[in-house]
Amino acid sequence: MTLERPNSFRAGPDAEGHFGIYGGRFVAETLMPLILDLEKAYAAARSDPQFAIQMNDLLTNYVGRPSPLYFAERLTGHLGGAKIYFKRDELNHTGAHKINNCLGQILLAMRMGKTRIIAETGAGQHGVATATVAARFGLPCEVFMGAEDVVRQKPNVFRMRLLGAKVTPVTSGSKTLKDAMNEALRNWVTTVADTFYCIGTVAGPHPYPALVRDFQAIIGQEVRTQMMRAEGRLPDTLVACIGGGSNAMGLFHPFLDEPDIQMVGVEAAGKGLETGQHAASLTKGRPGVLHGNRTYLLQDDDGQITEAHSISAGLDYPGVGPEHAWLRDTGRVTYAAVTDDEALEAFQLCARLEGILPALEPAHALAQVVKLAPVLPRDHLLVMNLCGRGDKDIFTVADALGIAL
Amino acid sequence: MSRLKPRFDALRAEGRAGLIAFITGGDPDFDTSLAILKGLPGAGADLIELGMPFTDPMADGPSIQASNLRALKAGARMTRTLDLARAFREGDRDTPLVLMGYLNPIETYGVARFAKDARAAGVDGLIIVDLPPEEDRELRQLMREESLDHIRLASPTTDERRLPTVLADTSGFLYYVSMTGITGSAAIDSEAVDRAVRALKQATDLPVAVGFGIKTPTQAAQIARIADAAVVGSAIVDKIAAGGPNVVEETLRFVRALADGVRAARQMAAE
Repeated sequence: MTLERPNSFRAGPDAEGHFGIYGGRFVAETLMPLILDLEKAYAAARSDPQFAIQMNDLLTNYVGRPSPLYFAERLTGHLGGAKIYFKRDELNHTGAHKINNCLGQILLAMRMGKTRIIAETGAGQHGVATATVAARFGLPCEVFMGAEDVVRQKPNVFRMRLLGAKVTPVTSGSKTLKDAMNEALRNWVTTVADTFYCIGTVAGPHPYPALVRDFQAIIGQEVRTQMMRAEGRLPDTLVACIGGGSNAMGLFHPFLDEPDIQMVGVEAAGKGLETGQHAASLTKGRPGVLHGNRTYLLQDDDGQITEAHSISAGLDYPGVGPEHAWLRDTGRVTYAAVTDDEALEAFQLCARLEGILPALEPAHALAQVVKLAPVLPRDHLLVMNLCGRGDKDIFTVADALGIAL
Repeated sequence: MSRLKPRFDALRAEGRAGLIAFITGGDPDFDTSLAILKGLPGAGADLIELGMPFTDPMADGPSIQASNLRALKAGARMTRTLDLARAFREGDRDTPLVLMGYLNPIETYGVARFAKDARAAGVDGLIIVDLPPEEDRELRQLMREESLDHIRLASPTTDERRLPTVLADTSGFLYYVSMTGITGSAAIDSEAVDRAVRALKQATDLPVAVGFGIKTPTQAAQIARIADAAVVGSAIVDKIAAGGPNVVEETLRFVRALADGVRAARQMAAE
């Protein structure tokens, strides 16, 4: 389905939180007054120069921004086509892009007088980032994590505990990110008076998809400046992985109205799209309502949510941010899918050619770059968001390669 | 016409509150669920809330989560839930039946088709937990066309500014969520509920039912002194979860005890 092309791709969401037919606010009544308050508090923060000053100071001195835009010379030579740049968001404090958003949300929480932070996490990167910022501001923090992910991501569980967070394993449903989000929402309903829910991706009820995107848009804003400095012009193609899609929205959003820039979001094809064991909601799902928003979902013909699969815990989610759903339908962004095996191969290629262990999430984006770059001309500028580092994944990778650590 | 108003009018004439019994459709399987459903009016349930199973019931606690998964595992689908309603209605023309659930399975079924089929199956009203007034324009219209009551929830966080929005298109009754929390949570604070229900009564003539956290006949009686109806869900579902060869009888015996509590409540208060 391709819709009429809007005047701007950057104007969403509308006043009710919709991107086309997607997004919105599908929550229990108990939460409605709270998300309406959050919307007001966010609007006030956005127009308060003090908020921007505080954010910028922390992004510079605590997170370490701007993250470099790095020319991946050997990978470019190896693939023999487009000139490949990595946006090095894996060099941020805590090792992923997630902290950009956590800082923004926790500063917002404090403005709202909230004294406790909760979060859901899949791979643990958002949990670690939330626990980190909560520790920095002395706020108690509880992270909900699928029991299966607790096992898959032991190092991050330990990190969160070292940071003083309580990690609560979630044993309901499929015991992964989807269920962690259900449980965080249940906890939030119970503790609305003092608690702020720090959502880790561009999903959930309005205003979360918009505010998380805005906090992540610094990624694309920096790329614009850095690429002008490096090449004297804007990039031609942007590539990023998509679970919920926050790193991709952060990279894409500042460029959406540049008609000549191609954008590719890369979903997890897991064991293969044809096997049914994947997390490719935009490629294989259909629109529905879950976790407070309307978006593409993996679901059966009765509207029951089906389990996602990916070797990457951060992509293992049956939904996707609503703005991506809209960008898919409008045709502005192209969405592809990459298998576990392809991602594993890209992971190893990046380690050997560039001396960088990417997280398994951006390894999916890299696998797509491996497919795209060779057929593009040498003056074609391609930027891939290297949104997380791979140290957390070495056990998963060893296991997949049949190596006992 | 919906059976909700006549039933609440009758309860008012009797000078007592009603018991609303909740079960999840198809839990633990279709036949057992139907047997329980058919037995509920005889056990003293004045209204019935039938849950439409969903994999991700985000407002529900562990008991109802588990009941949803049991039902789905036993083959529950939207068509089967409507079959349950229809089979119930064939043997009971008076007891109001309300479907409760989440939006996604309804949208998958098709909202217009759903409203029509629910009406035809003898359903009187709908509670859709994750559909706030801001998002329900389409379904609201379809329900009105099919004369289905639209039961909305109010909670302790619903303040004076918001209440008119919630009440605007509510019909049948208003469902007051007794606490900020999920179904089956810790015991409720009946003084706080008393204050809240009094405030709601100032704002609406609709009957007010109170649910979330009512687990025993004594608690049901406490709420029955305050509200027009007490909703019990998790505690009933726990009896179904306990299973055993006499699961139907034991579940209905518990409902009978709840109903006795509700019926005796105002007499006790008067004495």
